Amino acid sequence: MAEEYQNINVSVFKQVIRDKFSLIAFIVLFIIYFSLLFADIIAPYTKDFSDRTQSYAPPSKIFMINEQGKLSLPYTYNYKREFDSEAMQVDYKLDRSQKYFLKLFPRGEKYKFLGLIPCSRHLIGTESSGRLYLLGTDINGRDVFSRLLFGGRISMTIGFLALFVLFPIGLLYGGISGYFGGKTDMLMMRFAEAVMSIPSFYLLIILAAILPSNMTSIQRFILIVLILALIGWAGFARVVRGMVLSIKTQEFVQSAQSIGASRLRIIIKHILPQTTSFVIVAMTLSVPSYILSESGLSFLGLGIQQPDASWGNMLKEAQEYINILYRPWLLTPGFLIFIAVLSFNLIGDTIRDVLDPKSKIR
Amino acid sequence: MNILIYILKRILQTIPILILVSLISFFIIRLSPVDPLADLKLNPSISKETLQKETQRLGLDKPIGVQYLLWAKSFIQGDLGYCSTGEKVSTKLIERIPNTLLLTVIVIFLTWIVGVPLGILAAVSWKTPLDRMLTVLTSIGMAIPSFFFAILLLIFAVKTGWFPVGGLTSYNFSDMNLAGKIWDLTRHLVLPTTVLFTISLAGLQRQMRANLLDVLDSDYVKFARAKGLSEFKVLYKHALRNAINPMITLLGFEFASLLSGAALTEYVFQYPGLGRLILEAVLKSDINLVMASLMMGAVMLILGNLIADILLIITDPRIRVKA
Repeated sequence: MAEEYQNINVSVFKQVIRDKFSLIAFIVLFIIYFSLLFADIIAPYTKDFSDRTQSYAPPSKIFMINEQGKLSLPYTYNYKREFDSEAMQVDYKLDRSQKYFLKLFPRGEKYKFLGLIPCSRHLIGTESSGRLYLLGTDINGRDVFSRLLFGGRISMTIGFLALFVLFPIGLLYGGISGYFGGKTDMLMMRFAEAVMSIPSFYLLIILAAILPSNMTSIQRFILIVLILALIGWAGFARVVRGMVLSIKTQEFVQSAQSIGASRLRIIIKHILPQTTSFVIVAMTLSVPSYILSESGLSFLGLGIQQPDASWGNMLKEAQEYINILYRPWLLTPGFLIFIAVLSFNLIGDTIRDVLDPKSKIR
Repeated sequence: MNILIYILKRILQTIPILILVSLISFFIIRLSPVDPLADLKLNPSISKETLQKETQRLGLDKPIGVQYLLWAKSFIQGDLGYCSTGEKVSTKLIERIPNTLLLTVIVIFLTWIVGVPLGILAAVSWKTPLDRMLTVLTSIGMAIPSFFFAILLLIFAVKTGWFPVGGLTSYNFSDMNLAGKIWDLTRHLVLPTTVLFTISLAGLQRQMRANLLDVLDSDYVKFARAKGLSEFKVLYKHALRNAINPMITLLGFEFASLLSGAALTEYVFQYPGLGRLILEAVLKSDINLVMASLMMGAVMLILGNLIADILLIITDPRIRVKA
């Protein structure tokens, strides 16, 4: 039985992969998650490394051809900060006095690889005092590229975590409501409807705003996961309840009842497992909306807080459009959110197409 | 007559939901550790007596159950209290709600005009490259974070100077004649509308496509084809009518998601709508304002669902018979 089930999963996976768009999406997501896992090594700097003299420095220019017009190993120059008193603005000029060659695995900031092994090598970097900013720096002189990787760790996992909190709640709530029926059902569903009647984003910002400000970043992260889960459970519970209503009339439920199984046992052991395939599809389809919610929340300054990075709060600096006109590299987190969400959507679409029995008949 | 009774019943059903909504919101806000008088307490020029008076006026010295009842009593009487800035909450809401409604109605209208035909097109050319392309295009629209898209459009507006940046009206709005006013409003509305339109188009187009595919698979459509009707007649006379019905139910949901999505868009474009109001209120922990705008949001959402239900009764005779 289990083997058969696995075979179905494998065939679904094969069908999904056969679709060109979702294959690309899979590869993209794999690359993203892979680089997030190894962010410590791939990023040239650590999350909190900052050089206050280099605030809003543009991306480093990498040269392959030297002054004599000959091919050379890639090298870069540092930026020198200059104040242009006529235009009243700060300019960054290349400091051409000193060349810095790019190096593979140079020594840099110390970190713990995967949180365990102390290490100081980074995938790419420059010699001693050179600076390599692949995507420029932010207001505090922190490397945007490195922070993108560390921020992605939060942005790309928070949605999944919220789903793992939300689905058990929704399943149990919908299961109890559907199985017990009668007054319990009516009361529980009215409550769920009331939660659904508050526009979800309004509820989201209110819940996020009442979080006290003196929390550690881990506490805040957990609470934001909980808040995201609180928004979505009601709609999910309603669907589960509908399914439970039809499942509970089936014979295997009656047989469990006649044996004398407790109601909670029947719901958890007999009824809810029947909804598995629906749950898997619903989960895949709702990951992107949680990624978007988190980024929106952090964009407003109510989600993940500085100095922690998330793609949403990195975009906070882009709120002033003047900032963006001169510093377009600050927009990169937005493109990454877009690519990640798009990939999830494309895969979700294909899974739905594959699992929809109607599309097989045609 | 039956219809009227049905509608009346539906309206009565919303009352317990509204009460629950108010209970949930009130307790979330009041049980939070945020002090509504924090601003005043930090201000050294405000005396202790004033603070005490303020506490009494807001009922903060009473148990929370009593506070809720006091709030509910004045809410029913139409008194929504005062903001922390001293303005009346009701005047603020009356100022903002029409703006949000205007934006939402325009966006819903546009998405229907574009989304429904695109959905039909995709369903008719099912499993062709055209269908696949439409799916991917709508996926792209769905994947752009609204605030990010809004920022991109703002930059576009600043660089080209074709559109005004932010707000709903220009500073000299009151001096314009009617045509000028309409033109000014339109120019301000283009960018926020584009953002919300792009994001909500995808859902509608997909739903329409799925519905029509469902209906095209049904026996009565096969029968219509078998008896030799032209494809045009099969599609527009027989299939479409049934495929549209679930869309009307969707109207209510669309309204809801627009209310939510609009908050971020309004925020970026500095659009004076309900979403931005609630954001500002939340950031300032202005309890009365938050409560009132939450209630208004819920009322608008429930109203949207109600209107969708009523429209469904009008278009679908089967529901009329059941009712």
